[in-house]
Amino acid sequence: MNNDLKSRIGTAIGVAAILAWCLLPVAWIISLSFKSQEAVTNGSPGFFPSNGGGAGWSNYSDVLQDPQFRRAIFNSIGISLIATLLSVILATLAAYAIARLEFVGKRFVLTTALVIAMFPVVSLVGPLFDMWRTFGIYDTWPGLIIPYMSFTLPLAIWTLSAFFREIPWEMEQAAQVDGATSWQAFRKVIVPLAAPGVFTAAILTFFFAWNDFVFGISLTSTENARPIPAALSFFVGADPFNRPASLLAAGAVVATVPIVVLVLFFQRKIVAGLTAGAVKG
Amino acid sequence: MAAIEMKNIVKKYGDGFPAVNDVSIDVADGEFMILVGPSGCGKSTLLRMIVGLEDITDGDMIIGGERVNDLAPRDRNLSMVFQNYALYPHLTVYENIAFPLRLAKKSEKEIDEKVREASKTLDLDEHLERKPANLSGGQRQRVAMGRAIVREAKAFLFDEPLSNLDAKLRGQMRTEIARLQKKLGITTVYVTHDQTEAMTLGDRVAVMKRGVLQQLASPRELYEQPVNLFVAGFIGSPPMNFLPATVEDGKVTLPFGTFPLPADKAKAAEGKGLLMAGIRPEHFEDVSVIEEGHVDTSRTFEAHIDVREWLGDQQYAYVPYEAEAKVQAQLKELARESDSDSLRTQLVVSLDAASKVKEDDDATLFIDTDKMHLFDPSTGDNLTVGL
Repeated sequence: MNNDLKSRIGTAIGVAAILAWCLLPVAWIISLSFKSQEAVTNGSPGFFPSNGGGAGWSNYSDVLQDPQFRRAIFNSIGISLIATLLSVILATLAAYAIARLEFVGKRFVLTTALVIAMFPVVSLVGPLFDMWRTFGIYDTWPGLIIPYMSFTLPLAIWTLSAFFREIPWEMEQAAQVDGATSWQAFRKVIVPLAAPGVFTAAILTFFFAWNDFVFGISLTSTENARPIPAALSFFVGADPFNRPASLLAAGAVVATVPIVVLVLFFQRKIVAGLTAGAVKG
Repeated sequence: MAAIEMKNIVKKYGDGFPAVNDVSIDVADGEFMILVGPSGCGKSTLLRMIVGLEDITDGDMIIGGERVNDLAPRDRNLSMVFQNYALYPHLTVYENIAFPLRLAKKSEKEIDEKVREASKTLDLDEHLERKPANLSGGQRQRVAMGRAIVREAKAFLFDEPLSNLDAKLRGQMRTEIARLQKKLGITTVYVTHDQTEAMTLGDRVAVMKRGVLQQLASPRELYEQPVNLFVAGFIGSPPMNFLPATVEDGKVTLPFGTFPLPADKAKAAEGKGLLMAGIRPEHFEDVSVIEEGHVDTSRTFEAHIDVREWLGDQQYAYVPYEAEAKVQAQLKELARESDSDSLRTQLVVSLDAASKVKEDDDATLFIDTDKMHLFDPSTGDNLTVGL
């Protein structure tokens, strides 16, 4: 009993420490986003806004009324979703082939994918910048979707092929005997079974696209395609020597919300052990 | 429903090794056919060729009068129960059973009727809304069978369906499968390595070894008239005893003595040098439990009982004997082929439960040479088949 209580208290303290460590910056940004610009400039060290230094929701309404920011959010959501969708579809098909078929160059595909994943992103910015300008997709959605897709494909392929390998061959064969075409077997049996893998891959891809800054700032020049992380860095305000910290904080919070919602939403889908019961373990 | 004809079926893999070699089997409409053999004998490969999951290298596969070699599994209209059941874990039992019907685009009403009917047959009514993960092994097995019977398939194919169940359940399901097959009267091909299943279920049994069909016959014929050493050793438990033997002047000489042989058997085997005699454990008996005056004293011998296993209704006694190296090597090879292991050359005899033989003691045993088979050791052929 005593021991039980002690270990509970210990766990609680540990959890609190980890939460504080992880969430303090987030909490501080939220705190900052509720302070008025003057209060921040004059120095407002407390967590809660000092008397008269609170801004209420005004920073948020300012940010959301800013057309540039709205456009950036739209860009980010659109580009990330399209890149995720394409990447997951391609990766699912590729991973299925890698897990199921024997073909020449299979190892080559896998190693190439790994090499791409290891390639430093920054080193490709220069060439891409040149190429995109030549192709005329500089500062467009496809100009960002393509690099996001190609950099997330390897990880998605590796994750998904691991999932596919876990699915017993017999599942598909059973479906084929039951009268399914290969495509029906894939769509009705394999994909639902690999759903946790598909969602994992989708989340990883979305993270990468949403959080990317390097491509976002170097392959765009106008608000035509500029995503949030890049847009935030252009958020200068009237006085270049006095950056609107509280507005930026509000913008950062707005940019974080979709990711948090997404993770909480998909977390339930990532249920391990979905294949339990398919075959005798 | 349809007959299945296999004509000179060959399956070669990339390395040229024939997994199935020139096998011809015809399964009559409504027949229960068993494919049995040790692991790696090609029985599962053959089954998968019937259903279309393996390509056929050579030969003709004819189902219901139609050559199906080049048809995809879905166009062959067969249903199959897999060794590990291969249920769809993301679907309920109901949807698992309905799956083939949904693919066939049947109406909702028809699907419901058929699923309910199958679930009633298999006693699955209270499990219809559950997922396979929450079912026991036997229930999963029944769901797999439900998925097979719900469709009016031309034939059922079973790939070692009971090997994942525990012994008791296996016995029950075996009876269940037999009953279901009789009730539906549908052509069935059943692969197993378990000879009890083979003997009890099949109308006919095809014994295979290394891709070659050894014998295709009724269970009784396999047991009583095996065509070669392999079939003789594979069918029966404990297996048939093999002893070095020579036949001269109507008598057979075994390591334990010389015994008279029926004239027709003696004639078939005489003058062939060293042979292999096969005799089943139950064709021995302890002389002391046979009624006085019923014992043919010319066919008794003294034996040293090494180990005795009492099973209640009968008992097994083990009698070790010395054999020449050549014979020993052949016995080892034979044991290896049928997936078993023979550590020593010994005779297994099945005695009446009343017998009072003791371990490590001598006993007088009767040998029924009428039931003995004689095999040519070089080819393995049974010289006394049908005699």
